Amino acid sequence: MEKFNVLQSTAVPLPIENIDTDQIIPARFLKATSREGFGENLFRDWRYDSSGQPNTQFVLNDPRFQGQVLVAGKNFGCGSSREHAAWALFDAGFKVVISSYFADIFRGNALNNGLLPLQVEDSVLERLLKQIEEDPGTELIIDLPAEQLYVPAWEQRIPFEIESYKKECLLNGYDDIDYLVSQKEAIEAFEKNRVWVY
Amino acid sequence: MGKKTLFDKVWDAHVVRTLPGGQEVFYIDKHLIHEVTSPQAFEELENRGLSLYRRNQIVATADHNVPTKDQHLPIQEPLSRFQVDRLTENCEKHGVQLYGLGHPYQGIVHVIGPELGITQPGMTIVCGDSHTSTHGAFGAIAFGIGTSQVAQVMASQCLLLSRPKRMRITVEGDLRPGVTAKDLILYIIASLGTGGATGYFVEYAGSAIRSLSMEGRMTVCNMSIEMGARGGMIAPDETTFSYLEGRPFAPQGEEWEKAVAYWQTLYSDEGAQFEVEYHFKAASVTPMITYGTNPGMGISLNATVPQKVKASEQASFEKSLQYMGFAPGESLIGKPVDYVFIGSCTNSRIEDLRLVANYVQGKKKASHVEAIVVPGSKQVEEQAKAEGLDKILAEAGFELREPGCSACLAMNEDKIPAGAYCVSTSNRNFEGRQGPGSRTLLASPLVAAVSAVEGKITDITQYLS
Ligand code: SF4
Repeated sequence: MEKFNVLQSTAVPLPIENIDTDQIIPARFLKATSREGFGENLFRDWRYDSSGQPNTQFVLNDPRFQGQVLVAGKNFGCGSSREHAAWALFDAGFKVVISSYFADIFRGNALNNGLLPLQVEDSVLERLLKQIEEDPGTELIIDLPAEQLYVPAWEQRIPFEIESYKKECLLNGYDDIDYLVSQKEAIEAFEKNRVWVY
Repeated sequence: MGKKTLFDKVWDAHVVRTLPGGQEVFYIDKHLIHEVTSPQAFEELENRGLSLYRRNQIVATADHNVPTKDQHLPIQEPLSRFQVDRLTENCEKHGVQLYGLGHPYQGIVHVIGPELGITQPGMTIVCGDSHTSTHGAFGAIAFGIGTSQVAQVMASQCLLLSRPKRMRITVEGDLRPGVTAKDLILYIIASLGTGGATGYFVEYAGSAIRSLSMEGRMTVCNMSIEMGARGGMIAPDETTFSYLEGRPFAPQGEEWEKAVAYWQTLYSDEGAQFEVEYHFKAASVTPMITYGTNPGMGISLNATVPQKVKASEQASFEKSLQYMGFAPGESLIGKPVDYVFIGSCTNSRIEDLRLVANYVQGKKKASHVEAIVVPGSKQVEEQAKAEGLDKILAEAGFELREPGCSACLAMNEDKIPAGAYCVSTSNRNFEGRQGPGSRTLLASPLVAAVSAVEGKITDITQYLS
């Protein structure tokens, strides 16, 4: 997994609530058996019309908005457990998604793939979206070690929370498998001492 | 102290160890896998030189990406065939039990687990699919996981998790005639909203829940995820035990007695604490339908689309209505229907098929409607045939297919065309969920069957009593 430390970038605004994983990556693109290449079909049905032409209204086709940060409406990533949603965002170059709420499974999937789900208050999200839409050049600095989102245009530092274990993982590029495999002895002991009813 | 919720009883029995930060190494009893979310996990394992830690605790099936016609023939679509073949290869190579196409146990993963008796009270069950919450109907902790987690469970039979908060939803009283478990859960989701239970594990309780069949309980737990919940569960009782007894993988003889004795301890103690509680009255629930593009956008079948919503949701609301072609404040009654899909892990069990067949017997679907019935498993299909439901459906113009996820997610060949309206018994009405541009209205099997016969959205209350 890629390490994450401090990121400075402009951002792409997507002020829609309840963006579900079927929008992020429609099911018909889930036929691949490896993790790569999903970025191409990120937000496929919003990005392209039915004849495959780019929809110029959609923000990812708007050259004014660039960057490795996606700022999206509340309850981002609801719906299916498909990790392909996190892969598609990452593959398309996003390293951070900012929202005021993330669906549980999506949050976990993102963290397992070096994509930071950064949760802010509703009011901050609203201000950020407005700021970026008014000035697409707005830079954001995401400082994971300090757990702060810095918006230079506002000269303001906004703290965010992240579970300490997950923070370590992101900073070091570790994932849960490494840790769990190291716990084999404890797991075997658990299995041995357990009263099995099945 | 000492008063525990059902959820905590099961959770505590599976904690291997707790980390200083509060995360827990959590043991998984059963791991269900399918073709879409497992290949990258097998690959991950191989890349790291790891092997399966407990392959006997894994069960595989092919469901998402399979055709629902001519399953005896090779899959036509090359990418789908490749994905399904990969599952077969991976299972052979790693010694995992696979109920693939053609096997009498094949079907939608959340249908076969319960019907084979693999799903049992007090277990922990995961699958790379969000509707794993279905299995919670048996008093199991069951939830969907991402592919990285599929690999973790393969490698260690464990996950690293923080304990979710607890919510209890109590429904008292009797459901009215014609009101099904599907209407009940659509009603609950409409009340709480799509994010209303995010971060929680839900226990459903109360007399209305107790009087549901296992099929009905599965429908309720299945859709827990649609309000953001990590999962849903229902304390096991006599209904649960009599459903399980004699199923292929249920304990037998002395083992059965022992298991039931343990299962009887699985309930929330009087006075156990929940972070949040909701109470509903079963009598307030009516037949439901969704008008928008998330499952929280449900209304009573004969109510009208809301005029407006909270300011923060207004943009999504308008976008959604525009997509669906509906206007604020209007009624859906009388709107034409193009497709009717009866299937998915929410409503494809034998009870659902019986309900549909019972209604359509001696009737005909409207000529402009295409109506398909996709059984949840090979066993459901066989049972339906044994009961003669296939003939009743065929005479009414409904096509009975072979088992799979089918038009629930438009990954396989079964898709609803752009702009078409589909009354669907599945669980998601997201934009494009049933095919690019498709418009989904979620409802119960009964409402779906009536819509097919009438050719339009119909107030079913006239048929009741
Ligand atoms: S039927 Fe639909 S919701 Fe259920 S497992 Fe299949 S795709 Fe998922």
